[in-house]
Amino acid sequence: MALLDRCAEVAQQPGSGITVKGVGCHGPCSDGPLFSVACGDEVRLISVQSSSASELAMELQEALSRGSLREWVPRGCRSLDPQSPFLALQRRIVLERCGQIDPEDLSDAESAGAYQQLNAVLAANNPEAVIDLVRRSGLRGRGGAGYPTGLKWATVAAMPGAEKRLVCNADEGDPGAFMDRTILEGDPHSVLEGMAIAAFAVGAQHGFIYIRAEYPLAIARLRRAIAQAQQQGWLGTTIAGSRFSFDLELRVGAGAYVCGEETALIHSIEGQRGVPRPRPPYPAEHGVFGLPTLINNVETYANIPVLHRLGLERYGVGTKVFSLTGHVSRSGVIEVPIGTSLRTIVETMAGGPPDHKPIKAVQTGGPSGGCIPAAALDTPVDYDSLQALGTIMGSGGMVVMDSTTNMVDVAAYFMAFSREESCGKCIPCRTGTVQLELLLRKLLARKATVADLEQLERLSETVRDASLCGLGQSAPKPVLSTLRHFRADYLALLQPLEASR
Amino acid sequence: MSVCTLRIDDQDVAIAAGSTVLQAIRSAAIAVPTLCHLDGLSPVGACRLCLVEVEGSERLLAACVTTVQDGMRIHTNSSRLQEMRRTLIELLFSEGNHICAICVANGQCELQDLAVRVGMDHSRFSYRYPNRCVDLSHPQFGLDHNRCILCTRCVRVCDEVEGAHVWDVGWRGEHCQIISGLAEPWGAVEACTNCGKCIEVCPTGALFHKGEGTDEKHGHPGRLAALVQGRSRQELEP
Repeated sequence: MALLDRCAEVAQQPGSGITVKGVGCHGPCSDGPLFSVACGDEVRLISVQSSSASELAMELQEALSRGSLREWVPRGCRSLDPQSPFLALQRRIVLERCGQIDPEDLSDAESAGAYQQLNAVLAANNPEAVIDLVRRSGLRGRGGAGYPTGLKWATVAAMPGAEKRLVCNADEGDPGAFMDRTILEGDPHSVLEGMAIAAFAVGAQHGFIYIRAEYPLAIARLRRAIAQAQQQGWLGTTIAGSRFSFDLELRVGAGAYVCGEETALIHSIEGQRGVPRPRPPYPAEHGVFGLPTLINNVETYANIPVLHRLGLERYGVGTKVFSLTGHVSRSGVIEVPIGTSLRTIVETMAGGPPDHKPIKAVQTGGPSGGCIPAAALDTPVDYDSLQALGTIMGSGGMVVMDSTTNMVDVAAYFMAFSREESCGKCIPCRTGTVQLELLLRKLLARKATVADLEQLERLSETVRDASLCGLGQSAPKPVLSTLRHFRADYLALLQPLEASR
Repeated sequence: MSVCTLRIDDQDVAIAAGSTVLQAIRSAAIAVPTLCHLDGLSPVGACRLCLVEVEGSERLLAACVTTVQDGMRIHTNSSRLQEMRRTLIELLFSEGNHICAICVANGQCELQDLAVRVGMDHSRFSYRYPNRCVDLSHPQFGLDHNRCILCTRCVRVCDEVEGAHVWDVGWRGEHCQIISGLAEPWGAVEACTNCGKCIEVCPTGALFHKGEGTDEKHGHPGRLAALVQGRSRQELEP
């Protein structure tokens, strides 16, 4: 913030000819802190290495007195090569405005195209056409399960009754996942616009954004964005002069991972204890306060305006935003076309492990997902290919692990997470996760026998098959997928006597 | 009223549309274990003991919350389900402190009966021996958390039938606990009407009348159904 303030002071001097603004995340976390310099169409990312805010402001002043900023690279800084794979292989359509616009300034977002698609949709006044477009685009839910978005919208639209509700699930809780946060902090209006279009399409009058309390900056920016959009008439009554009205309110979670599960999320919005309930009835039929409710994830909504802007052909197969972490040379948030191979993402773009150790596995989908072995790195990243490997696309967390990683350790980490986050409603998840973690710890302490390993596998299957909600059903996935692809890691941890049996 | 015909194990069953699979199973006199379910209370599908296999569905479905559909083919007692039920019962025993010999419900306990029924002679999982307390602050009743299996029957009967909503679930996961009021001692909760319905529906010895021994301790789950039915026909004052 000091850098922003100092540079803004420079820009305010008469005749500086530049504007300085705060923007959301640029993407390459490992190169941060970052700022960008835009001259005409040319945008360069500059990584601050060792200079202070006041030094940078002085350099800016000097550069301005010399003339253009086109070649400017301050001392103690490094200009990122726009042709580097991390940047060049991305297709930023959802994240297009992230890092470009000031997320706290609606007029800046508007000048970059925000709310134009909502305006066009309201002018065309054809909700069926909107749903049809979403259906034909093949867009699938970006929150994890990958349910076809168009089908969900059509179901809610077809529900009887005049009152309907819309929910945006911004309870991003997977360890190593920060895609939705990037969108919300960098371009909140894209989500609001997507929600307004969705509300128009399904006939909802009121919406909720359910966001985790651990995202204070995203909450502050969303609050501001909602207030500005209301003031500007993009939310509220008779939006853009049409007969369509849509109100939006923010609900902040209280730190429970399970509230990302849609029925628990609904309970939480209603002010009840955030525990899941059996489905059916699905939220499309019986959602918030018993009304038909459309629930989509942040990134799904953020796809809607860009889908309308590009049209089916140019939108193509669409993109997925991933957050890359773990043993990689370059980490951060990237957006790539669906179907990009894992190898391209983790080796070419992220540069593989920093000290050239071989990759052992890539974890996707958080505690609900699994580990993909290095041998399967050529798999295209799409919903069905990942499912076939025993993991899920998930919300987009991608953790790369090198050869020093013990996969039993990884499984134990995720099991401890699920154990901690289990709501406790159903027995298999409440107690099964405890016993599974105990078995994994026993293995790690080299005290386990072959019988323990068998029990681990059997109990994993029971918890998967018997649990009430998605959290419990997928809690054993990190165990089952590592057992499937890395059984040797488990066998090596058996008691010395047992391993030879 | 339309009727659905379904096949459960090797029996053909006809039952009114809108019924649950559990009702259909019971109408065919097939034994499927339940713990959280109780006629007269809203279903929660939490204990997972009534999971059944439905042909054409990959997932196991909880019979208590699944509505019958015409032509359904249901299996209630496959070896997979038997093994699963035994595992669930063992998990219940491992997470609490269930010591039958010193329990007021010994011989009258649904958990104990189920353990016998599923053939559990020991738990294959390590016992947790959690440090749980006993609340004896109520003048007439007691609550022993060591014996609680979190079926939430007491929560629901107090809320839905008595209308007092004394009980709730506090915390989460393995730390879940039944709480009275705002996690106060039961005796300090003014909302409690001392009706004793929670004692009657408790499947174990977690909730009990003070002064009762194993000879006197009897659950009365049938009374609840009679009460709810009577109210719905307006035979009884609510």
